Amino acid sequence: MTKSFFYHALKINEETCIGCSHCMNACPTEAIRVWNGKAIIDDDQCVDCGECERVCPVNAIYVEDDSFDDIFNFKYRIALFPSVFIGQFPEDVKASQVYSVMRHIGFTHVYEVERAVEILNSSIIKYQANSDIELPIISSFCPAIIRLIQVKYPSLVDNVLKLSTPSDIAAMFYKQKLIDEGISEDEIGIFYITPCAAKIAAVRSPVGEEKSIVDGVINLNNLHNRVYSEIKKGNVDNSIIPEPTELYDFELMWSFTRGEASRVKGRTLAIDGMKNVMEFLEMVENEEVSGIDYLECRACKEGCAGGILNNENRFLIVERLQKRVERNNQKKGKVVLSGIEKYSEYLVNNMQLGEVVPRSMMMLDSDMETAMQKMKEAQKIEVRLPGIDCGACGAPSCRALSEDIVKGNATQSHCVFVQKVLMSRGEINMETAFAIIDKIWGDKIVKGSKK
Amino acid sequence: MMKLDYKIEGGDFTNAGHASSEVKKVLKKLNVDPKITRRVVVSLYEAEVNVVAHAYRGEIFVEISTNKIIIKLVDEGPGIHNVDQAMEEGYSTASEEVRQMGFGAGMGLANINKNTDELNIYSEVNKGTTVEMITYLDKN
Repeated sequence: MTKSFFYHALKINEETCIGCSHCMNACPTEAIRVWNGKAIIDDDQCVDCGECERVCPVNAIYVEDDSFDDIFNFKYRIALFPSVFIGQFPEDVKASQVYSVMRHIGFTHVYEVERAVEILNSSIIKYQANSDIELPIISSFCPAIIRLIQVKYPSLVDNVLKLSTPSDIAAMFYKQKLIDEGISEDEIGIFYITPCAAKIAAVRSPVGEEKSIVDGVINLNNLHNRVYSEIKKGNVDNSIIPEPTELYDFELMWSFTRGEASRVKGRTLAIDGMKNVMEFLEMVENEEVSGIDYLECRACKEGCAGGILNNENRFLIVERLQKRVERNNQKKGKVVLSGIEKYSEYLVNNMQLGEVVPRSMMMLDSDMETAMQKMKEAQKIEVRLPGIDCGACGAPSCRALSEDIVKGNATQSHCVFVQKVLMSRGEINMETAFAIIDKIWGDKIVKGSKK
Repeated sequence: MMKLDYKIEGGDFTNAGHASSEVKKVLKKLNVDPKITRRVVVSLYEAEVNVVAHAYRGEIFVEISTNKIIIKLVDEGPGIHNVDQAMEEGYSTASEEVRQMGFGAGMGLANINKNTDELNIYSEVNKGTTVEMITYLDKN
């Protein structure tokens, strides 16, 4: 097997994992197996969508973020947060309190990512006017979707919008602004507050660019807890007057479903949820659908409001942001400008993304002849399997097991049904059968002391 | 070499695309270049829809080897009166019913032609049509 060259933010805590296989069955790319009573993620197949984390009953799946204290490695510590962050707090918490506490706990500057949406939006519309691009354009916004395309739909890599994300554009803007204010670049640390695991992976191993402009990524859920407890303790310094630059309505709603699709030209569709996106990309790849200009695809239902690191319910987050839009509309004309328009030329020149390289991981072998042989073998094995996808072998489906077998990662006796057949033929005894089950599920399951 | 075959029912638009999706899965597992896979799948999908839209029933025979992919669609149906005309973009004999379902724009055979290295059509009126599509894998 080739060495994995992609960083993954989703990790399994072996201490807490009970090997229950919920994650294995939830994984849309079939990247998880159970072995020795623990879940194992295949780095080549995982796209960091986080579906496994949602279903884990014991919170054994965690996200490897940067330590909060890393911010103190920099003299100027910039928090860059998505609008969903404010949506985590109850109605009675004001945005200005959140800003104030963010300063109190150590950030020197606090900015919202979405301020960069308007400039991206107009760049997308210009990009759409380009006649030699592949249609539909697929949004580059969701990092889990970009990885999904690289791994499962490699023929669509050229359809990905070759423009950066709002968070990266916002980071470029604020960094340049501070440099222009006379601050040295190496004293500036930009920390993105993330609602999802995929974004952490995108920062640690970026696609379409050499190095991420963001210096660190902080788990939104952890930060929310830290900020909210400070607010509860009353540690809000009213002398710090934040300078919130109000955002346009469409900027605030950009990360939600249809936020982007409703703002670009032509026939657009917004698709959310991993399974929905996969079903649709399958059709796009076959050209079963035509005449679509722009596809907004998000791994999470309700877009970023559904990110796994959100603390609040996704629908309540959307509702809060909608209320914020309404409040903004009431105080029209009082918008504090961020000054981003002065940097528009610089940002437009720097938001171009490089090539998105396919990294198809579905092949059975890199040599076609061998792959064909393996496939024939796998098909022969599959017909002997029960086809009920029970998962008792530690693989998510009978087909997955048959492919694991030809790749040399499993044997037919892993199937409990095949075991019965082998026992009836006297090829294995009861003890061996139990030993196999122990190997997959750990030795607690047979002893009846799993939990 | 590997052989696959699939059956198609005329008028069953719900399942049009089944064979192309299956063939696509196979080609991905065989590490066929994504661009070539896409061309094969796009032309197969078009051809599948043609059988569903025009014929009574048909069968798809796929032969995959390391240097080429041959796909043959054999149908029982009305046949094509004038193959050259059917190849023209925009030419269609699809019924109003079929068009209302979003098919029958008359791009089918032209699109297939664009996406295959070799296209052979044999047709007999009132009997059926055989479409053979060949894609070579080892050109560079």
